[in-house]
Amino acid sequence: MSKHPSSVKRSQTIGLVWRWALAVVLILFSIFPVLWIVSASINPVNDLANQKLIPDNWGFDNFRQLVTNPIFPFFTWLKNSLIIATVSTLLTLSLTTLAAFAFSRFRFRGRQSMLKSILLIQSFPNLLAIVALFTIIKQIGDVVPLFGLNTHAGLILVYSGGAMGMNIWLMKGYMDTIPRDIDESAHVDGATDWEVFSKLILPLLRPILVVISILSFIGTYGEFIIARTLLTQREMQTVMVGLQIFTAGQYTKNWGIFAAGALIAALPIMIIYLILQDQIVGGLTQGAVKG
Amino acid sequence: MDANQTPIEGEFAKKTILGAGNLLTSLLVLVVDIALGYFAFRLFSLGYIPLGICFVLIILMISVAFLVPKAHMFKWMAIGLSAWLLFSIFPIVYTIYNAFTNYGDGHLISQAQAIDQIQAQTYLPETGKAYQWIAYRSPENEYLLWLKDAEGNTKLVTQVDVPGDAEIPLVTGENGIGELDAEGAPVTIEGYTRLNRILASTDKNLTKIKFGDPENTIQVRSPSEAAELLPLYTYDPETNTFTHAVTGTVYFDQEGTYTAKNGERLIPGYSAIVGTKNFVQFVNSPGLRGPLVTIVIWNFLFATFSLLLTFSVGLLISIIYGDPKFKGKKILRSLLLIPYTIPSLITILIWRGMFNPDLGVINRMLESIFNISPRWFTQPWLARIALLVVNTWLGYPYWMLVTSGALQSIPGDIYEAAEIDGASGWQRFRNITLPLLLVSVGPLMISSFIFNFNNFNLIYAFINGGPPIPTATTQAGYTDIIISYVYNLAFASGRGVQYGYASAISLVLFMLIAVMSLLQFKFTNMWEEVGENV
Repeated sequence: MSKHPSSVKRSQTIGLVWRWALAVVLILFSIFPVLWIVSASINPVNDLANQKLIPDNWGFDNFRQLVTNPIFPFFTWLKNSLIIATVSTLLTLSLTTLAAFAFSRFRFRGRQSMLKSILLIQSFPNLLAIVALFTIIKQIGDVVPLFGLNTHAGLILVYSGGAMGMNIWLMKGYMDTIPRDIDESAHVDGATDWEVFSKLILPLLRPILVVISILSFIGTYGEFIIARTLLTQREMQTVMVGLQIFTAGQYTKNWGIFAAGALIAALPIMIIYLILQDQIVGGLTQGAVKG
Repeated sequence: MDANQTPIEGEFAKKTILGAGNLLTSLLVLVVDIALGYFAFRLFSLGYIPLGICFVLIILMISVAFLVPKAHMFKWMAIGLSAWLLFSIFPIVYTIYNAFTNYGDGHLISQAQAIDQIQAQTYLPETGKAYQWIAYRSPENEYLLWLKDAEGNTKLVTQVDVPGDAEIPLVTGENGIGELDAEGAPVTIEGYTRLNRILASTDKNLTKIKFGDPENTIQVRSPSEAAELLPLYTYDPETNTFTHAVTGTVYFDQEGTYTAKNGERLIPGYSAIVGTKNFVQFVNSPGLRGPLVTIVIWNFLFATFSLLLTFSVGLLISIIYGDPKFKGKKILRSLLLIPYTIPSLITILIWRGMFNPDLGVINRMLESIFNISPRWFTQPWLARIALLVVNTWLGYPYWMLVTSGALQSIPGDIYEAAEIDGASGWQRFRNITLPLLLVSVGPLMISSFIFNFNNFNLIYAFINGGPPIPTATTQAGYTDIIISYVYNLAFASGRGVQYGYASAISLVLFMLIAVMSLLQFKFTNMWEEVGENV
């Protein structure tokens, strides 16, 4: 539409130059800690004070230490974390999607006050109720030890139950954007609620399902206070608890091993983000603009 | 679309299938109810009344949802709401209850348990039923005690703390018991050495060990005598008091501690309702209030600056690089997203290492360039700045993502109209972009504020609230926010755990958060969205 005289072109070039200059600064700020930890992980010096960005003679000794060090069963922790995060995510996802469907598609008495209280209750930080959570899990475990203290099942229940509120809202908000005409015409065709949900609505929910599962996976994977409280045995703990315990010790002297562990622990989440970036951004902004 | 063509037989068939389905559902619900009912029953029988009630509610909800046709929509949320009830609502109710009790060190158990424990305390009476005794010792330092009372009855008893029978029959040839001597005591017991007078009187353990039936334990009193222990306190359920067996002192129940007139207390106490005492303590105690003012102010500053910094950096990036003509947008976004892709605990710990004043890379760089070495962890304002730097790093990618999406959704024709009216770039940003953006991301800004208001992980993992406030009587630091202060108060304080008091502050904090959340809902029409016309 608009013409491109040479002066405009020049100012565009200048614009491009300062934009890229700024971009370099921003990129440095954003990736420096990552570069630093990568460098620390391959630096055999293993000491915070003597670390350089480009280590003198690099190697994978720190990673080897992670496998062999008996005090830190790192890969058991990693496995625990992955299992706990996966199962809680699947549970949260199915529970919230079903509930959100009811809130989005049915009109019933108490709907508004239920939605409001879900939202309000959600703002109570889980952390403050940690004594209560501990007590509940202990008492449940006294009857069914499978779900008691020091079990992954108990922790998964706590995570899934605690994450309901905001996810129901996110999911319901997204469902509301799907026109109800679609399901009404399906109902006229004789489809049951379940058919409408599973055949019509569910396939359309893919973006928000991806967003909620990623957020929930990352949230549970990164949580450490509740995990530390409920899981007391070393072999049962998660990788975040493990790393946190690691830093409580003399970690400036074991900086290299910590770096190696941190890097491996961060890897699953980083991979998810880089692969699913577009869906995350799409979903986040959908959820964001809505509202 | 072509609804008219649905055959009537099809309708009929569907209804029949649904009927069979209903029967199956009812059966399934029955099975689930029975299983949960048994679970609730077990909880009640263990004395876990509140949790039991919680499960009864869940059973009711599931039954109504699946069996009452009018409540069919609750089917969809029955399980979700159960989990929500159990792990979101119940903990809050429990916390509210705790806020009015003295639950904590010295008051950790229930009244029944406390009474049992006090009743179990015994003493060795000066007089009373006495025995002659002979002790036998195994190489593992386990003991048997042979006893003979004034009437000449003999028995062989084992230690209370060793599992197994309390008494071993005195029959030669059984259980390794050898010949009995003139008194009736075994000369030998297999696996044990009979202790003579000298060995027995020099054995340090012997006088401390309780023997026999746990209800009527027997202890060695002197080289010649063993005696039955008596309960030290007798409980009177009518007056709810304990009486000391020797002195006769009466201990009255005072807020979960049995206390004598002279102030002497029996241990353990139990978790009792103390009314608003925790809240009064919160308001009145100067040692607690002092740091709290500092903490609350910093809490608000921290959340405000965190939001402003992350939001403006994120918005700036999405405005500058949002231009569709800008090449390399995708790779740039991937690189700038990196802080968001690493679990925050890990990066917080990395930053902690980088900010280390003596060894960290930041100070080594500052030293070589500017020859300064700021004390990040010991100077209050430097610690706060470091926290804000880390939090900006952690949070800007989120706002980059959110604002770039929101900017795209602002219709382009508004800008065209503004351009025709001669609005400058800044005017367009100030009068069109920002207001529209704030409407769409407003709720996220408030939830981000609330998130940072309670950003426990950052404060705790990066610096644990430090540097400490020297005048505070409790563990409190210059970078502590309310939630980390409460956490330390409840769990890490040197004075032991104080769940009741911590719960009270939690409630106050929750009120603060709830007010903010309500503001958010009002401000963003989230309430209206709930309405019918969605």
